Order: sequence, then structure tokens, then C-alpha cells
Amino acid sequence: MSAISMILVVIVAFFAGLEGILDQFQFHQPLIACTLIGLVTGNLTAGIMLGGSLQMIALGWANIGAAVAPDAALAAVASAIILVKGGQGTAGISTAIAVAIPLAVAGLFLTMIVRTISVAIIHIMDKEAEKGNFRGIEVWQFIALLLQGLRIALPAAFLLVIPTSAVRSFLESMPAWLTDGMAIGGGMVVAVGYAMVINMMASREVWPFFIIGFVIAAVSQLTLIAIGALGIAFALIYLELESKGGSGNGGSSNTGDPLGDILDDY
Amino acid sequence: MAEKKVTLSKKDRMAVCWRSTFLQGSWNYERMQNGGWAYSMIPALKKLYTTKEDRAAALKRHLEFFNTHPYLAAPILGVTLALEEDRANGAPVDDVAINGVKVGMMGPLAGVGDPVFWFTARPIIGALGASLAISGNIVGPILFFVLWNVLRIAFLWYTQEFGYRAGSKITDDLSGGLLQKVTRGAAMMGMFVLGALIERWVSIKFTPVVSKTPVQKGGYIDWDHIPSGAKGIKEVLTQWNMGKGMSLDKIKVTTLQDNLDQLIPGLAALLLTFLCMWLLKKKVSPIVIILGIFIVGIIAHVIGLM
Repeated sequence: MSAISMILVVIVAFFAGLEGILDQFQFHQPLIACTLIGLVTGNLTAGIMLGGSLQMIALGWANIGAAVAPDAALAAVASAIILVKGGQGTAGISTAIAVAIPLAVAGLFLTMIVRTISVAIIHIMDKEAEKGNFRGIEVWQFIALLLQGLRIALPAAFLLVIPTSAVRSFLESMPAWLTDGMAIGGGMVVAVGYAMVINMMASREVWPFFIIGFVIAAVSQLTLIAIGALGIAFALIYLELESKGGSGNGGSSNTGDPLGDILDDY
Repeated sequence: MAEKKVTLSKKDRMAVCWRSTFLQGSWNYERMQNGGWAYSMIPALKKLYTTKEDRAAALKRHLEFFNTHPYLAAPILGVTLALEEDRANGAPVDDVAINGVKVGMMGPLAGVGDPVFWFTARPIIGALGASLAISGNIVGPILFFVLWNVLRIAFLWYTQEFGYRAGSKITDDLSGGLLQKVTRGAAMMGMFVLGALIERWVSIKFTPVVSKTPVQKGGYIDWDHIPSGAKGIKEVLTQWNMGKGMSLDKIKVTTLQDNLDQLIPGLAALLLTFLCMWLLKKKVSPIVIILGIFIVGIIAHVIGLM
């Protein structure tokens, strides 16, 4: 890998680190980060495919409440670097993902460290506020941000300086049963992200929508856009009918059980 | 009220909106988004307050604890801008009122932002992009990036403007049914698409062979009587008819997976998802589950189950 490529990879990693906390432009999502690393190292197609596969796994990864998800930014950057250095092209995708996920877990500790350092930074901001110094707040805001970028850029740089031959021989030394098994695991691991999202959103009201979606997906002619459009339509119909039904019944005897209501009336 | 002395121009409001991109930059365990919040307010505070005392007081006021969804901070910023503007023009808006509005809005709005953005919009747009990218199509990542950022920037700007115009009246609007409807509608659509995603993208294939039955004569392609060359390939493809015609072999192999698919496609994926949900509810860390699934995958492959 040329020096320019390496510098560009570190820059991509830096932006992934920034976005890992800001969550605005989504540079930390595998779909973007892996594509960019593929682009700057001349492995665009492999990068896109890795990004797509990893994105499917990371769909539901979001840190909400006590549930801590692996760090998508580090997973994306580390797996892309491993893929490029392994030199196996698209064949190395499932191995790269499997190797990167434990690294994504390690990334969580880095996040915690930076967020703790930021406590000290906002105390400095307090002092600047006493002085009415706008510039001071701005500078320290960016220092905090810089640390978040380095959180991914430094591990990326470290992975880059490991000799390519070492990465390659490590990947090649993995027996077929292990890599095939990991690929199978990678196909199933997607379920964890979905489970996290469902646990957040599920209520009695929305389960029927889940069932319809699951059954309809077996119709393979329907693309994801078509399924999304159906989802919107069903939700709109439900909300519309609900508001109509509510005004019609007047709410006095509406127990949500029409048959029960009729029996009660007798 | 008297004529306003200082007002925030559209340019000032745009500066605040741009700066709110960095809202979470100094996210910390003590007061969370407070640093980013103060940073975002600076263009407005600079214009509204000129004395050092006023500026110091304003900055301290905005370094209080703050945490919400990073996008849903936009309407709160809008309302706060309106309040600060009134205050700078001499209206009796005290610190308690400003903090009250911030704290009052951040909880409910975070409750909207998480399901709508993180659990509906991003999984759906991400899955859309990823499904294209998996085959190496550059349109996948571009589509995801453009679609997401257009939606996001439009949302940030228009909700901030909405908050600015509505001022403190916004709290009445929020308690109305619309916001709740949006959240519920998003949950419905999200669950619908999730059901589809599980069927499509969680891949579990059981390989054990359940039965081998010979296919009746005429039901399979008679390879000895196929002409050679391109003509033969055409002949075979016609007979095979995308799997709907004749069978390729004399013996029909039925795997465990084929039997499961006849019940309902994706059943194993669904059960695995339910298992993950149950484990998560039992406070098992998602990281443990992910590593566990890889181990299960390797073992199942080695013993020939998958």
C-alpha cells in the first residue's frame, strides 16, 4: 500500500471516529466507511461488498440505555483494512468481518475513555464561561471532537503498520472449516441487530405489522422499496381507521372488543 | 411588547443549525451534550449580548445538563433562540424558564427520535443501500449517504425554524396527538420492514439430508440424449425451466432446510431472532450473543449441521 493510500485511510478513519459520536453524516456506518477505504486503496468493489455485508449486521446497532452495541466505526474501519491487507479480494470478506467484530468490542473501551476525558474538558469550559470567553468554548469543543477522531484513527494507523505479510499469513493459516463456519455465523449474527431494534419498538399494537412483513417477504419479486411502501401504506391505513373509529364510537362503551360490546348491549 | 432591539437574522439561525452538527462532540458522562449545546448557541449569544457579564451568564446557563436525540435538539434550539431573543429585548424570561423549556422538551423528543431515526429510518435506508452494495453496486453507498443527509439536513433546519417561530407555544403542539402519531406510525412501518428483513437477510441453512428419492423416468433430464455444444445447453435449460421443469439428477435430495421452507420460509431465522430478543431481555450483552453465534456457526459447520 502506498504512503498516500495509508494517509487517506487514516483520514477516513478519523472521520469515522468523529461521526461515531456525532451521528450526523454517517461516515462511521460500514456502508460508507468500507466503501471509502476501498476507494482510497484501489479495492472499491471489495470495499462496497464488505460495507454492504457489515451494514446488514450493524443495522440495529445503537447505544440506547444499558444495551451497549459494538462500535460500528471501528468494526467498519478495521475490517476494511484487514480485507485490503489480506489481499484475498472479495473472497476475504467473511473472514474480515469475523476478525473485526472482537476489535469492535475493544472499541467500546476507547469510547468510554474519551467520554470520561470529556468530563474534564467541560470543567475547563465552565472556567471559560465565567470569563465570557466564546473562543475558549469553541476551542475545547473541537479538542474533545479531535479525541473522538483519534479514537479510530490511531487503531487504524496501528493496523496499517503491521506488516502486510503478517496479516496475510495469519489469514491464510486459518483452516477452511474455521472460515466457512465464521461465514455461517456471519449470516446468523444479523439477527442480533434486529432483535435489539424489535425489543425497543415492540408493543401489542405493532406485532401484526411484523407478522405481515415477515410473510410478505417470501414473495421474492418484492424489492425492499416495495416492502417499505407497503409498510407506509399499512401504517397510514391503521392510523386513519383508528381516528375514524374513535370518533364514531364516542368512546363510551368502546372496550376494543366489538363482539363484547354487542353482547353487553343485549 | 415594544419594538425589538436585536433580532436573530436567518444567517444567525443557519449558523446555529450548522453548529448543532457538533452537538455530541464533547459528549461526557457528567452533563452529556452540554458543551455541544453551548457551542451551538454561541452565534446567537454573541449577537444578543454585548457585555461580558451577560455573556458569561448566558454561557453558564447553556452549560447545564442537556441530552436528547441529536436531531431532535433542533426544535429545542429553535425555541431557546426565541426565548433568548425575548430576554435580550427585555422580556421577563429568567434562567428557570429557559432551562425548564430545555429539560421539558428533551425527554419526550428523545423518545421520538430514537424509534423514528435509529430504529426505523436508518435500518430501512441502510438495508436498502446494503442490499445493493452486497453485489458490489456503488449506487448502494451513494444512495444511503445522499438520502440520509438530505432528510437529516432538511429535518434539522425546518424543525429549528418551526421551534423558533412557535417559541414557547411549541410545548402545546407537542402534547397534541400528531407527535405521538408519528412515533407510532414509525414503529408500525419499522416492525413491518423488520419482519421482511429477517426473512430476507438472516441466513440459516441446515444441510443434513432428510431423504433421497429416485425421480420417475421422464422427470429428470436424460443427459445421454442431449446434443453437445451450445445447442445442448439450450436444450437442458429449456427442459430444466428454472427449476420448474425436469430435475437435474435421477435422485431427488431433500435437505432439512427444504422441509422447513415448506412450513414457512425463514422460520429458523425468526426463531433465532426471538432467542436473541429473549437473551437481550435477560440482560445478556449483545457482544456476548454475537460472539456466541459465531462459535455456534463454527461448531454447526464442523459437525455438518449447517
